[in-house]
Amino acid sequence: MAEYRVLLVDDEEEFVSALSERLMLRGIEVDSALNGEEALARLVEKEFEVVILDVMMPGLGGLEVLRQIKSTHPDTQVILLTGHGSTREGIEGMRLGAFDYLIKPVDIEEMLEKMKEAAKTVRTS
Amino acid sequence: MMKMKGIWQKFKGLMPEGLKDFPHYAEGPERYSLLRKNFVFIVCATAIIPLLLMAAINYYQYQSALKEEIVKPLSRLITSTKHSLELFLSERESTLRLLIRERTFEELSNQGRVNFIFQSLRAEFPEFVDLGLIDSAGLQRSYSGPYELKGKNYRDQDWFQEVQLRGVYVSNVFLGYRKFPHFVIAIKRDTVEGDFYVLRATIDTEKFNQLISTISLRPGSDIFLIDREGVLQTPSRSHGNVLDKVSLSVPPMSQEAVITRTKDEHGEHLLGYAYLRGANFILVLIKEPGEIMAGWFTLKSELLLVLVVSVAVILIVSLRATGLLVDRIREADQKRESCYIEVEHTAKLASLGRLAAGVAHEINNPLAIINEKAGLLKDLVEFSEEYHDQEKLLSQVDSILRSVNRCREITHRLLGFAKRMDLKVETIHLNELLQEVLGFLEKEAFHRNIKVNFNLAPDLSPIAHDRGQLQQVFLNIINNAFEAVQDGGNITIATKANETDPNTVEVTIADDGRGIQPDDLKHIFDPFYSRGKEQGTGLGLSISYGIVAKCGGDIRAESKVGKGSTFTVVLPQKCQMA
Repeated sequence: MAEYRVLLVDDEEEFVSALSERLMLRGIEVDSALNGEEALARLVEKEFEVVILDVMMPGLGGLEVLRQIKSTHPDTQVILLTGHGSTREGIEGMRLGAFDYLIKPVDIEEMLEKMKEAAKTVRTS
Repeated sequence: MMKMKGIWQKFKGLMPEGLKDFPHYAEGPERYSLLRKNFVFIVCATAIIPLLLMAAINYYQYQSALKEEIVKPLSRLITSTKHSLELFLSERESTLRLLIRERTFEELSNQGRVNFIFQSLRAEFPEFVDLGLIDSAGLQRSYSGPYELKGKNYRDQDWFQEVQLRGVYVSNVFLGYRKFPHFVIAIKRDTVEGDFYVLRATIDTEKFNQLISTISLRPGSDIFLIDREGVLQTPSRSHGNVLDKVSLSVPPMSQEAVITRTKDEHGEHLLGYAYLRGANFILVLIKEPGEIMAGWFTLKSELLLVLVVSVAVILIVSLRATGLLVDRIREADQKRESCYIEVEHTAKLASLGRLAAGVAHEINNPLAIINEKAGLLKDLVEFSEEYHDQEKLLSQVDSILRSVNRCREITHRLLGFAKRMDLKVETIHLNELLQEVLGFLEKEAFHRNIKVNFNLAPDLSPIAHDRGQLQQVFLNIINNAFEAVQDGGNITIATKANETDPNTVEVTIADDGRGIQPDDLKHIFDPFYSRGKEQGTGLGLSISYGIVAKCGGDIRAESKVGKGSTFTVVLPQKCQMA
């Protein structure tokens, strides 16, 4: 049933658990990680089409994680979550190869749309 | 060192109030008048004091030079004349003394001998008028001369008493034989037996007069002898004839020549005098002030005039210069104050921005959690069909989600505001930016029923500017438009590419509000110029203008009272500051 696999990375556990459950309810296969290191470890274990990545995280920052994902898994599409209203991180992320960015709090439908688009580019490539 | 300190303390005592402690307590507008006073005082003190000193030194130097020139020659003249007069007297005295010493009493008592002696004396000294011998009883024993004095007794006369005491006597001048002025010299000789006799001679003063009149004097000057009662002993030019009493008071005793200034009915003049030794005569010289003194008086008045004019000039110049200086200081202070206000305002905005950013960021995370939790709740209800009261629950969840969205709007706006604080040039779509700015004012527009029309060029090329600053510029202008219009008014926001200059874009914000008075319109971009006291700092438009001008753009304002105003912002494609 799963069309694509999603890795959700955010340091707020409550946010991660709620969002992953919602995505699963919509039939999406979701894994979660609470920091950058964990996320990179997950990517080694398993293959994901899409990574939802929070920019503001303690430890390994979102943009650094993005850089590493892009170097090890160039096919994986990354959608950034920014807490800032500022688009600065978003633009920086786009430059580093992110697929798109979303501003928190996120509208679930918008997110699904973006993920679908991202997964499509993975599959067609 | 201590003395210097004392002088400084005294000087400080003279200073106007406030100079000593300036500027510790002086604040407010009175500090300028205080500053003015102090400057004037210091300038005057430093300029006028040396001037006065110089004038005083000049005065005394000239005075002493004059003394050299006038007083010294006078005193020399008096001294030399006095000496020649004294010499004349002592010569006659010595002659008589020689006669009395060389001849015996018997010889001198002999009338025939005396006549012979007198003849030979006259041959040598023609000014001798008579000669005679008087014995100790005062009896004239022999006499040779024009009077019949033989046998006369002088015992009770003053001069006889005096010659007994002093051995020599010189009389005052009197009118004698044929009304010629004479004086008498008498010499005493003591005999071995304890007795004495006196040789007495009368002398014509003509020779005296000759001695004095040889002195060449300027007209108006005078020289003569007086006795100790002030009676003239020689004729004078303008102070009377022999034996007249002069109008002068008898000067105090002095053997040395003394020069003084006196005043009488003829005006001011110099009086020089000296007492003759061995006689009761006083040599007096009177000199009119003359040309040199006249020069001195003109110099005195010229000096005073120069001094007064200089002081007046210094006063005027220092007053004017100080006025100018203090005005400049006042202007500079005002400029500085307005700068302070501007900086303070900016700093306030900056710290407010940082605070807003912090708050927005901190709230955003829990907001995201609420969003997801509520969303999950909604999902759970929607995905399980058999939940009772499903409708009611869903409406609650939707209400939560709407509230979350409202919060999100707020935090985004706060972050947008914060971002304005740091200048960062980015690609901006002006149309979007304008709509974004209007987002801040949507509520007000709604409540006041203001209609905002957009007339945006759809193909407007993006521009490179700082987003925050542009937001501020347009927010200021649109906010002003909102203030200008009445409820139910219209505001039109239009964008277009500039036809004349393709490298610029033009934004016009037009309202149909009350308009701006022409006088106000001139000052509309000046700092602190506000149409109403209640309408903020008056900085808005000046800041906007500053931002736009800095980037190489321009803001123009047109307005008709009662019809409305139009602001046109011209922006270059790329901010030239970046």
